[in-house]
Amino acid sequence: MSETTIGTPSLADPAARRALMAGVTPEPGAAKQDPILKVDKIERRFGGITAVDVEHLEVQRGIITALIGPNGAGKTTFFNLITGFDKPSSAGSGAHWEFDGRALNKTSASSVAKAGMVRTFQLTKSLNRMTVLDNMMLGAQDQSGENLLKSVFKPLWSGQEKAVEEKAKELLARFKLLEKKDDYAGSLSGGQRKLLEMARALMSDPKMIMLDEPMAGVNPALTQSLLGHIQSLRDEGMTVLFVEHDMHVVRHISDWVVVMAEGRVVAEGPADTVMSNQAVIDAYLGAHHDTDLGDDQVLTDRALEQIEAEVRADEAAHKAAAHDGDHAKHDQQGDKS
Amino acid sequence: MKSRHHVRTAGARAVRKGLVGTMLLGLLLPLLLLVGGSSASAATLCLPKPDETGCISGTVGSRSDPVAGVDVILRDAQGADVETVTTEEDGKFSFTVTEAGDYFVVLDDETLPDGLEQQPPRAAIAGPDGSVKVTAKLGSAVSPIVEVRDQDYDAGGESFSDQIAQSVVNGLRLGLLLALASLGLSLIYGTTGLSNFSHAELVTLGGMVAYGLVNLAGMNLWLGIVATTILCAGVGYVQDRLLWQPLRRRGLGLTQLMIVTIGLALAAQYAYQYFVGASLQKVVVRDFGTTSFGPVTLTNLSFLAMGVAIVAIALVGFVLVKTRIGQATRAVSDNPALAAASGIDVDKIIRLVWTAAAGLAGLAGVLYALVISNGIRWDTGMQILLLLFAAVTLGGLGTAFGAFVGSIIIGLVVELAGPLGAPGDLKYAVALAILIVLLLVRPQGILGRAERVG
Amino acid sequence: MDTILEILSAVIREAISPGTAAVAIAVIGLNLHFGYTGLLNFGQSGFMLLGAYGFAISLVHDIPLPLAVLIGLGLAFVFALVLGIPTLQLRGDYLAIVTISAAEIIRFVGRLSTLKDLTGGAQGIQGRTYQPAFVDLSFFGDGAWTLAPFNYTDVAGGAGWVRALGGLVFVVCVVATVIVGRRLKRAADPTRTAPRTGLDGTLGKVLAAVLVLVGLYALFFAMPVTYGRSGVNGWWVRAVAWTLVALSTLVVYLLVRSPWGRLLRGVREDEDAMRSLGRNVFAVKMQSLVIGGLFGALGGMVYVLASTVQPDALGRQITFFSYTALLLGGAATILGPVLGTVLFFSARILIRESARAWVPDSIMSTQQTEQFSFVVVGVALVLLVIFRPQGILGNKRELRFNV
Repeated sequence: MSETTIGTPSLADPAARRALMAGVTPEPGAAKQDPILKVDKIERRFGGITAVDVEHLEVQRGIITALIGPNGAGKTTFFNLITGFDKPSSAGSGAHWEFDGRALNKTSASSVAKAGMVRTFQLTKSLNRMTVLDNMMLGAQDQSGENLLKSVFKPLWSGQEKAVEEKAKELLARFKLLEKKDDYAGSLSGGQRKLLEMARALMSDPKMIMLDEPMAGVNPALTQSLLGHIQSLRDEGMTVLFVEHDMHVVRHISDWVVVMAEGRVVAEGPADTVMSNQAVIDAYLGAHHDTDLGDDQVLTDRALEQIEAEVRADEAAHKAAAHDGDHAKHDQQGDKS
Repeated sequence: MKSRHHVRTAGARAVRKGLVGTMLLGLLLPLLLLVGGSSASAATLCLPKPDETGCISGTVGSRSDPVAGVDVILRDAQGADVETVTTEEDGKFSFTVTEAGDYFVVLDDETLPDGLEQQPPRAAIAGPDGSVKVTAKLGSAVSPIVEVRDQDYDAGGESFSDQIAQSVVNGLRLGLLLALASLGLSLIYGTTGLSNFSHAELVTLGGMVAYGLVNLAGMNLWLGIVATTILCAGVGYVQDRLLWQPLRRRGLGLTQLMIVTIGLALAAQYAYQYFVGASLQKVVVRDFGTTSFGPVTLTNLSFLAMGVAIVAIALVGFVLVKTRIGQATRAVSDNPALAAASGIDVDKIIRLVWTAAAGLAGLAGVLYALVISNGIRWDTGMQILLLLFAAVTLGGLGTAFGAFVGSIIIGLVVELAGPLGAPGDLKYAVALAILIVLLLVRPQGILGRAERVG
Repeated sequence: MDTILEILSAVIREAISPGTAAVAIAVIGLNLHFGYTGLLNFGQSGFMLLGAYGFAISLVHDIPLPLAVLIGLGLAFVFALVLGIPTLQLRGDYLAIVTISAAEIIRFVGRLSTLKDLTGGAQGIQGRTYQPAFVDLSFFGDGAWTLAPFNYTDVAGGAGWVRALGGLVFVVCVVATVIVGRRLKRAADPTRTAPRTGLDGTLGKVLAAVLVLVGLYALFFAMPVTYGRSGVNGWWVRAVAWTLVALSTLVVYLLVRSPWGRLLRGVREDEDAMRSLGRNVFAVKMQSLVIGGLFGALGGMVYVLASTVQPDALGRQITFFSYTALLLGGAATILGPVLGTVLFFSARILIRESARAWVPDSIMSTQQTEQFSFVVVGVALVLLVIFRPQGILGNKRELRFNV
């Protein structure tokens, strides 16, 4: 993974990261020392409802930034917007965001990924009827064999194919999925698919990886390993931005927390202090007032319920309900092994 | 999760049990009520025998420019179809009759080459529906004069604005009948996500059942319409009960379900041909007369059909908006999982939708056969299937009101395409072309909502 | 006995007819669309019709044959672009509705009496006006020829037992091929823990190929088929048609085993995932639509080589038959389209002829047997999708994961 190393490796040291962020004022839209992503005036309305309205946001290079907020705060929509999966309503009237110095506001989702900002999805999008290895190999960029004219002549691409396969196997080994390489991705457990999706994203050597609820629906045993992977990515110099409901996770690994509520960024700051911010308390209180925010358990359970409800609704909507049972079975078997 | 698994296997078993039953019963049973009809046979030379047979033979088109491949229909004095023959290369047709008396000869418009139509006969020999009256005698041959002319033939009297007025009314009539059928298509799509390619066969079924009840069994027309609607609704219920519900439980993908509907459509179309034959069958033979309002002339049946359609559509609209069942239906369309979570029996709602959709389609089929296609044939429904899809897509997939608006627009477009310059069959093509253009501009349809991405 | 032989003969003739080959080519294209890319193209008949029109009208106007083929393909290319641009960015069922509509528009336009000079209107273009350009290319010579040249009539004076023996060998070969094929499939499945059979991959494939060839020879040994060497409906057109089927299969094989083929399958599984991996999904789908459409057009040209260009013959039904054939053989398999098409048309003729032979006319008239065979086709499609959606060659496991 040496080729993915970007930024200063010294950020593997927690003290260095604290020092880096110490100079940043913990307020919404604060300027960072070395922002990899800058977002300005991005707004998205569905009908009369404003789902996202972010005035300004910067994401620091080389650290783990968590994006949190109550349900419906617009986190996923915000993800969709900056990765090109959705278009801001404010397009053409000031909406602007740039990644690594390159403007992205008119770029399609595929070009965003090519620019080095790769995302994963809340509902894992593994390519079910393809093998794990094929899933991985689709992650690699610039394959000459993907050109229609060259594809029929194997010698033109077989060399590169071998290299890509080697890299895929290396990554799979790292994520402990190597022995599953010839299985259909659809036969993996939910947690394994999250891992696969993350590994697949890494195949493209991204500068920044954006994880949409990486822990949702993952069993506790696998959660720990996922967290470890995320941290080691950061330690190798990659920038990580992730959406998460679980405050435990957020506290545990994030170097910086951005809080969204009702589409806006209401607070920013280090994980241990941001939750005592009045704006954050108000934001969560808006949703339900008798919970003590300090109690992780309450927040987590509620959040989990919400996620589950959302997942259920979404899955049903996608008519995936049928193979749900299979997954559940695989979950139990797969995660034990 | 475990219990769910059980449900699915049970469902699978139910599929096996139900399938054969559905395939045969659900679609074909009503057809079994019908007596096998006549089918087109090739023209053979007729030699009259004294006191035994008489001949009615002639040529379609002129001798120098005969029209081949046209179905010529012979009707008896009561207006019932006796026989249908197809003209050969020389345009000749010939019937052998065993009873003397008045007969009517008419060309099947559908089989005429594009742009041609049968020329209305002189008043002296004019029969109902533009047919030519002949009087056959045993032991001799008569030759009715059957002429064709260009469709764009200008009879002279009608002004352009009159034509437009007539077309607008015709368009509304077509639109209303399309709306009847497309409402169901849209509701099924909304609640289950399924594009039902066999919906048109339900329309045909309506016409076929009405033909059996009214024409063959001699039932009163109004009673027949009601009975047909109920019978078709029953077919919808049985279809869902025996086919769609087990398949839903089995967890078949939408694409697979769509292909199932195609197989069903194919089987149904040929089953109609098998049982009823390939020719156009009249639902009623009686002439109900016409009424004119200014430049617009419509048959009285058309007014009644439009009235029935409006009442039915209004009823559906009322149920959807005002009643609990309607609210539940809309809730299922919005989000089936959420609807289920809030205590709505989704399966029951979907079954209701199938029942209502099939009933509406059947009603549309009767009315269509009565006032537009002038009879019912195995492919009557198939011919309007694409118009239905265009209407539903135009209005926004899955919204009932959108389907209504889309249908009216499609109806108007189809009928106005002719006077505005589109030749013959191309009027259907115009409607489809508009659909394609609309998808470019506003993919979610006129009333559809933009989809949430991601 | 004679009746059975007659029926079997009719079935074999249908199985090797140019029409079957033509549809097989179109199904190969459809497989690229539906099987590999997940595109719901319900307008394959439109591609066929355009190919046929472009080809035949060019030939009627004395344009050289190679150019005529290119014109047919060019029309399909443009058609694919016109269809793809508005719909490939939308949900899948829009493509279905638009393609089926567009194919119908082509048919309507072809039937227009105002275009009678060009397309022949509803009557279509007579075969004799364009076929000579193709038939004259034949180097097969004159006279009739029998497949197989050495057949049962040459052994023991054509005794019945020789013929039966040939038939038996054919049946044995079919059974053996099925067994070998199953073992191969199992051996190729690394997740299966079942003990490996002694069948090594290459050896198994060679064995399967030999069995297929021997089986085919035994079939024609027992049921020889005679046609003119050249002519409008002879061996020449059959040879060309089936060579094209083989070439199309080869091209698709080369395409789908490549990283490009992996793109197609990725798009089939999840477009958003592919976007998130930096792939231009629209471009991939467009390429697939065009390539599959070109196969459709080629199929259309082959279709009219031994018949006429009749707009109604290349209507919606052909598309639906294509789907049935594809699902029968197995979507997203290399040989599935060809196997499925041959079996589909053979089975239909088998049903029709059997009904004609053994069901009395009072129960089922000649016309009704035809309709009966189509009813069976429709029901078969439904049952197939429900009970064996992977078809004959497909992988059941793959289908467990619905998309």
